[in-house]
Amino acid sequence: MKEQLKNVAISAQQALESVKDQQELEALRVRFLGKKGELTAILKQMGSLSPEERPVIGQLANETRAQIEAVIAEKSAQFKSATASEKLRKETIDVTMPGSKKAMGKKHPLNLVLDEIKEIFLGMGFDVAEGPEVELDYYNFEALNIPKDHPARDTQDTFYITDNILLRTQTSPVQVRTMEKQKPPIRVISPGRVFRSDAVDATHSPVFHQIEGLVVDKGVTMGDLKGTLADFAKRLYGEDAVVRFRPHHFPFTEPSAEMDTMCFNCGGKGCRLCKGEGWIEILGCGMVHPKVLANCGIDPEEYSGFAFGMGLERLVMRRFNIDDLRLFYENDQRFLDQF
Amino acid sequence: MDLSIKWLKEFVDIDYKARDFAEALTMSGSKVEGYTTEGAEISGVVIGKINSIDKHPNAEKLVICQVDIGDKVLQIVTGATNLKVGDIVPVATDGSTLPGGIKIKKGKLRGEESFGMLCSLGELGLTLGDFPYAIEDGIFVIEEECELGQDAKEVLGINDDIVEFEITSNRPDCLSVRGLAREVASTYNLPFKDHTPVVTECGGDVKDYLKSVKVDATDLCYRYMARVVKNIKIAPSPRWLRERLRASGVRPINNMVDITNYVMLEYGQPMHAFDYKHVAGGEICVRRANEGESITTLDGGERELTTNNLCIADRDKPIAVAGVMGGEYSGIFDDTDTVVFESACFNGASVRTTAKYFGMRTDSSARFEKGLPPQLCQAALDRACELVTLLGAGEVVSGVIDIKHFEDKPVTITLDADWTNKFLGTDIPEAEMKEILCRLGFEVKGNDIVAPYYRIDIEHKADIAEEIARIWGYNSIPETAIKGKANGKVTDEQKFVRTINDVMLAAGYSQINTYSFMSPKEYDLICAPENSELRNSVTITNPLGEDTSVMRTTALPSMMETLALNFNRRNQSAKLFEIATEYINLGIDNLPDEQKVLIAGAYGNTDFFEVKGALEMLFKVLNLPEADFVATNDEASYHPGRTAKIFAGKTEIGILGEIHPTVAENYNIDEKVYVAKLNVAAMYKAVGEEKMYHQLPKFPAVTRDLSMLCDEALPVADIKKAIATGVGDILESIELFDVYRGSQIPEGKKSVAYSFTLRSESGTLSEKQCTKAVNKAIAELEKLGAEIRS
Repeated sequence: MKEQLKNVAISAQQALESVKDQQELEALRVRFLGKKGELTAILKQMGSLSPEERPVIGQLANETRAQIEAVIAEKSAQFKSATASEKLRKETIDVTMPGSKKAMGKKHPLNLVLDEIKEIFLGMGFDVAEGPEVELDYYNFEALNIPKDHPARDTQDTFYITDNILLRTQTSPVQVRTMEKQKPPIRVISPGRVFRSDAVDATHSPVFHQIEGLVVDKGVTMGDLKGTLADFAKRLYGEDAVVRFRPHHFPFTEPSAEMDTMCFNCGGKGCRLCKGEGWIEILGCGMVHPKVLANCGIDPEEYSGFAFGMGLERLVMRRFNIDDLRLFYENDQRFLDQF
Repeated sequence: MDLSIKWLKEFVDIDYKARDFAEALTMSGSKVEGYTTEGAEISGVVIGKINSIDKHPNAEKLVICQVDIGDKVLQIVTGATNLKVGDIVPVATDGSTLPGGIKIKKGKLRGEESFGMLCSLGELGLTLGDFPYAIEDGIFVIEEECELGQDAKEVLGINDDIVEFEITSNRPDCLSVRGLAREVASTYNLPFKDHTPVVTECGGDVKDYLKSVKVDATDLCYRYMARVVKNIKIAPSPRWLRERLRASGVRPINNMVDITNYVMLEYGQPMHAFDYKHVAGGEICVRRANEGESITTLDGGERELTTNNLCIADRDKPIAVAGVMGGEYSGIFDDTDTVVFESACFNGASVRTTAKYFGMRTDSSARFEKGLPPQLCQAALDRACELVTLLGAGEVVSGVIDIKHFEDKPVTITLDADWTNKFLGTDIPEAEMKEILCRLGFEVKGNDIVAPYYRIDIEHKADIAEEIARIWGYNSIPETAIKGKANGKVTDEQKFVRTINDVMLAAGYSQINTYSFMSPKEYDLICAPENSELRNSVTITNPLGEDTSVMRTTALPSMMETLALNFNRRNQSAKLFEIATEYINLGIDNLPDEQKVLIAGAYGNTDFFEVKGALEMLFKVLNLPEADFVATNDEASYHPGRTAKIFAGKTEIGILGEIHPTVAENYNIDEKVYVAKLNVAAMYKAVGEEKMYHQLPKFPAVTRDLSMLCDEALPVADIKKAIATGVGDILESIELFDVYRGSQIPEGKKSVAYSFTLRSESGTLSEKQCTKAVNKAIAELEKLGAEIRS
């Protein structure tokens, strides 16, 4: 029997060496180790052995089985690994193929920048106030120290609905309404549409957007105005932004100023972009006129404040290098898709 | 306002360097828009003398001149016919440049060499107004004193520097050389060299000429001054005066007209000169025009006056529109012998209204309408008379007419240095504040600050603060942070709108911005019925055009126009949305109700259910209760069989549908168009309670399918409701998974299949429980006439 076991071990060894795949391996496993297999057949003869021989042969048989099983396991692992590699190889894809389209819509460039500006001011403690676009003459002009026949009305060509109702030419009426409703401290911005009877061309539109702001509290200074707006410019244009304030005139602020940023293109030397001035006008601002505060029921002796306003379209045009304002209101899908 | 630097230097000794000057004046409050040097484009043009003129051998119309330009003699071929030997002419030499970017090069003309060009007035950018003795078509034969070879710009005085200022409406005093000179002097802290005009009277009495001068409209005319000048000799003005007018952008005409313009530019006070013989009866009355009166103004226009227009009238009729323009016939002509100079102060608003009414903004009205001080009248009138004498243009009759209806009371403001510093956020010493104010012409008496009469804009201590700040320098004010607390919060409504935007973008719709106004014809294009409330728009009384004349009551036309533009430009598809405002008319005396709507529109690569899917996603994110889409066939703009009104609970929140083919055709869109419009406020009101955590299910779910045959017309939403009613509380979810028509399904019927999941929170559902629930559902379905197939 010893001889038989040795022979089985040898023939199994030989057969397993030349096995080609998992299937053949399984056949060999059945042939040698299966219930009707060669090793089992030998073990069935154990009964005929002497009690002395039995443990010796038994151990030998177990060793032979373990030996064969080990080889089978090794071969099986080899085959599995090879199959897995083959599967992975076959699954290879061209990773340079384009991704599947995800049809996300695009934010309008005006809203893109407007949202950015809103975020900046929210971060600086400003609320966002809204108001009617069709407005009373009182809120748009009179309360802002621009009585009827004031020459400043000429610079804001107005669409009228009636003598007393008009399309707001600025978002300042929202500030007046805010001051009427809310006692100081006030810190709001009022972004929105405004209307002026300018014929449509590359730089004019009868509808455009303004973002105005208002701060009213005890002890608000012109230094605060400068600090706040310089901070805004840095948040919008980056830490390097350089601003200057130069005197100007608005009927609703005194002192009034315009804020310029140093031309990004030429660094203040003067170029085509800044029309040789070295500076680009960004916004108008000033200390709220005492008459305006009084008109809104706020005591100018107790409180002071500042206001500012900027046009959104011009900011966005410069930002994205857009040369024609009409594109904003045409809404060509190809234009929108660019942002 | 264009400022001549030569003129400026008469009042301030300034060392002019363009860029520094522009910067300094801009920063002290007079914004410089640009600066130029006259004749900057002219170079290499020198004075020459014609030594000889010979015929051109090959051209009949050309001549050959030998021109002495001092250091050499040039041969120049010209076609001019007005030349003779000895004439002094401007010579553009080889390599010279002329206005308009013209470059002169030597060359051959019909075989004869020519080393330059002889210039006409026009070629030097000049007109007859500048040199009245010259001729327009021909070479400019110079009569000025000069040397051969001298730069022609120098000889002809084309070398002034001009600075263009943007003057704000509160500073009409700066619409003058003197006003700007005062600003320059204050900015540079230099003395302002004032000049007080002296009138040389020749005797006689003005009252012998002007028998009656009166002001009827005392509310619109605060001061009326007049003088008479006789023995007028109309002639061109001297060169220095013409040069200054030209540098200021005013065309020289004749000495009398030039004087009035010169005074206006120098003092900022508009003047008028009447030909005395046309002042009927020697009477002048400043009054409102009578209804039916008219006047032909200097520009030749016939103006029908109304009682809103202030006029200057003689005994019989209006002879000038006050502060705007004079009458044609009473103007100054070559035969004028005696002149009435008017220097007056009119109400700004009145001048502005009249100028606007007639559409004639003049240099005069532009100044008056900003409000001029009555005190200015006299100095201007005196200056005009002084110039008359200086120019030898006439003799000033003794006496002056001066009718005053104003209180000469200067504005005094108390300087509160402490308040000023607190207001500005500065630490300026009081003495320095006073010094600045003195520089600006304010009179400082202790703490009383008296504004000069010409500063009509000063009325409050904030104005004084601005004066101090701008001279001290805005950029010297330290930048500080606002003290106190701040919120910086977004309201719930604002967040809601933000979410709508985010979801629509995620759903593939791009954001648009459209005009708020449109043409009333758009209502026809969207097929709004004749009696539709939509047509009741708020109307603009002075629109740019009919196409932007009404405020939209619906955003649908704006969306259709935008889709049409995209379709027209051959964009294959478009998916767009806007949070748009609609303006609902609440009557003539009320502001309209401004309603925000979400409007979404699409064509190409889309269908009804794609848009509906986007809306369903939106409702889910917004936490609206499940919306009902109810078929509607009475919306004129929409397809009667493909449109739904949208309800959240019982509230109608909007509409979704395919645009009616007729409407699409009206907009020239040859494709199916889908539009949804939802009212933002209605959606906001419908938002459900905030979602709370629900325990994750502990017990297994059971899935059942039901397939049925039903009438084609039965909406699947009804089937879904029937199943939900039948199954009751244990229904976890329900999904339509098949709708089938065709073979094996009878005509007029459809097969519908729903899959639904049942689950109980209190235990595992038994087979019996499930069957009972399904049977109840079947019973409900049978009520709808559905026939269960499995």
